[in-house]
Amino acid sequence: MIRIVMIFVFGCIVSGAFIVEKPVKTYPEKLSAWGIFEGKMSALKPAQGVVPYGLNTPLYTDYAEKLRCIRLPKGQQVAYSADNKLEFPEGTLLVKTFFYPADFRKPELEKDIVETRLLVKEMDGWKAITYVWNEDQTDAFLEIAGDDRNVNFIDKEGTKQQVRYVVPNQNQCKGCHNADDRIMPIGPVVSQLNGTYAYTTGRQNQLTYWKTHGMLQQLPDISTLPRTAVWNDPATGDLNTRARAYLSINCAHCHRKEGPAQTSGLFLTESETDQIAIGVNKTPVAAGKGSGGRMFDIKPGHAEGSILWYRMQTQDPGERMPELGRSLVHKEGVALIKEWIDSMK
Amino acid sequence: MSRPINNIGLKNLRNPATLFLLTIMLLPVILSAQKAFQKKYQTEMILAENGSVIELPEGTFTLTNTLSLEGKKKITIRGKGMDKTILSFKGQTDGAEGIRVSDGEDIVLEGFTVQDAKGDAIKTMHVTGITFRDVKTEWTGIPGPQNGGYGLYPVQCINVLIDNCMAVGASDAGIYVGQSQDITVKHSKAWHNVAGIEIENSLRAKVYDNEAWENTGGILVFDLPDLVQKKGGDVKVYNNHIHDNNYENFAPKGNIVASVPSGTGVLILATKGVELYQNRIINNQSVSTGIISYFTTMKPLKDQAYDPYPSAIFIHDNIYERRPGLPVSKDPLGRIVGSKYGQDIPHILYDGIRNPKLLDTSGNWIAGQCITIVNNRSQSIVNLDAEHGFKDMARADNLFTCNN
Repeated sequence: MIRIVMIFVFGCIVSGAFIVEKPVKTYPEKLSAWGIFEGKMSALKPAQGVVPYGLNTPLYTDYAEKLRCIRLPKGQQVAYSADNKLEFPEGTLLVKTFFYPADFRKPELEKDIVETRLLVKEMDGWKAITYVWNEDQTDAFLEIAGDDRNVNFIDKEGTKQQVRYVVPNQNQCKGCHNADDRIMPIGPVVSQLNGTYAYTTGRQNQLTYWKTHGMLQQLPDISTLPRTAVWNDPATGDLNTRARAYLSINCAHCHRKEGPAQTSGLFLTESETDQIAIGVNKTPVAAGKGSGGRMFDIKPGHAEGSILWYRMQTQDPGERMPELGRSLVHKEGVALIKEWIDSMK
Repeated sequence: MSRPINNIGLKNLRNPATLFLLTIMLLPVILSAQKAFQKKYQTEMILAENGSVIELPEGTFTLTNTLSLEGKKKITIRGKGMDKTILSFKGQTDGAEGIRVSDGEDIVLEGFTVQDAKGDAIKTMHVTGITFRDVKTEWTGIPGPQNGGYGLYPVQCINVLIDNCMAVGASDAGIYVGQSQDITVKHSKAWHNVAGIEIENSLRAKVYDNEAWENTGGILVFDLPDLVQKKGGDVKVYNNHIHDNNYENFAPKGNIVASVPSGTGVLILATKGVELYQNRIINNQSVSTGIISYFTTMKPLKDQAYDPYPSAIFIHDNIYERRPGLPVSKDPLGRIVGSKYGQDIPHILYDGIRNPKLLDTSGNWIAGQCITIVNNRSQSIVNLDAEHGFKDMARADNLFTCNN
């Protein structure tokens, strides 16, 4: 028996040694080759022509902080489109860098940068490319099969936390960035960008900034445009609006009619009006043990009796939602959804 | 790593303390070897050129994350055989299924076992041409609600072939085909699942030469509301051996299969166009065969586009047997039927709820829509009259001849 175990172990080591990681044809091995950041890489200072942006209500991923940037090809502009979507020109680069401050109470100090994800718009559509940062934080390296490593940080309450951070593989990128089986950006839509960003030159509405810097064309009067509420800022919307904004960015990339979770019949886009489709008194379809023994996705007035709440607060990989990018429970997000369901009549 | 092992000496390997020490020392190596396997095959699946074969070696391999294949054509993932290549997900920390295939064409999965996935074992979605051959999905240990939902799980696929497969221990359905079209499930075995084989909201399915035993329900043909593909039908279930499906229902509450009575052979729920013939339906102690509308599930229904009634059902030339005795199910249905018929439960239960739009003015089925039950060995039928609270529940053994 022992010998069998050892042969198995060494067999794996030997086969592991022969892994040939074929490089993906056209993309550079190092993130630095893209020229996104200038100066010391770990300072994450956007280079000339790279514009940082934020979303009113971003996707939660294990409490990671994110720096989002966009770079447009020279002389090209994003086109406004009335359905809240933006049309990006070929050659657009969307950049998202995931990092953890060592101490969330002092985010300006030391940080641990984990990965940088790129969405590049090519002739035949968007491509997702992932770079994983090295230990020295001098550069990041192309990774297609995914990776994981432990990250330690001190949270806002001063408690030590450890997360086993999972870098998704290339297929998993498309697990979320998916509309009708094609890769799509999720965050940068009109309503999410319709908010203030603290630029080095001062605070300004992002759409205004893009327009005045020649990045955005055909933009109507900003006061007429939709604006996604900030999930944790009651000044930006009532409970229902904020809860729907939260569910939309965290769930609706899959849970909508064109998304990978269309099989469930649960649709969580902000624009969905069918109460059954958003889960109210809806029975689950293929939840399996994810039902947590509960009968309905949303049981009005009773969050803890609702599958939606159950799957947000469980850590079991076969039950938790979202499926990817969450191993730690988003306590504040769960609290928002609990308050929302509890307030339903 | 080689020096410490030499120092221990091979003779000491039988000593438990040494073995423990060795295990501790080797743990990082084992873990990194697991990671290497995951990475190697995940990389192959991402880089595979259309038309290629990904060969999985013989052995048991531990994975911690889903292996996924996406956007590929004409790919075969081939192990050395169901009992030779075993992918264990017992320690899975990420991903909602063992293997996931999406947005593909002509994909073949063959010759391996997927064990103990945290969620579903093998999910394939939006694939035109998906074959599962000589594949086993199982949850080891005593079946319970902690097991994943589905074993073999093609959903929204076209041209599905499941051949010579086995499914064990799923807390929902072992072999589950959902919202798909043009399906064959044959020569396969399903046991110790809540549902052995389930065809749900799917069109044109043939299910034959399978064996389903010791599940809660053997074979289910369901149409459910609130789904993208609303309507299933044209389902033929024949030459199957469906026996001893009396396993206690262990599905987590909330799922539709949690309301399937234990002791169910075949259950047809709200589907149109089902032919059930030449099966051996033996010793399923509560409901040898049930035909019910969605209303009988007692679940709320608001989907306007959904048709909750079964119609155009043809059940013939099956062999029915059961041991004398009360229904094994403690569900209301089992209790009601048991209190009326005692030890001698009729084989076929029909809830009697018909679609009024499919009836003529004198209350008979219009042509082509009726429920026909003829020429079965030991045929016995009860019309439950579920619509009126089982008030006029009565035997109707020869009343389903259907003349139009």
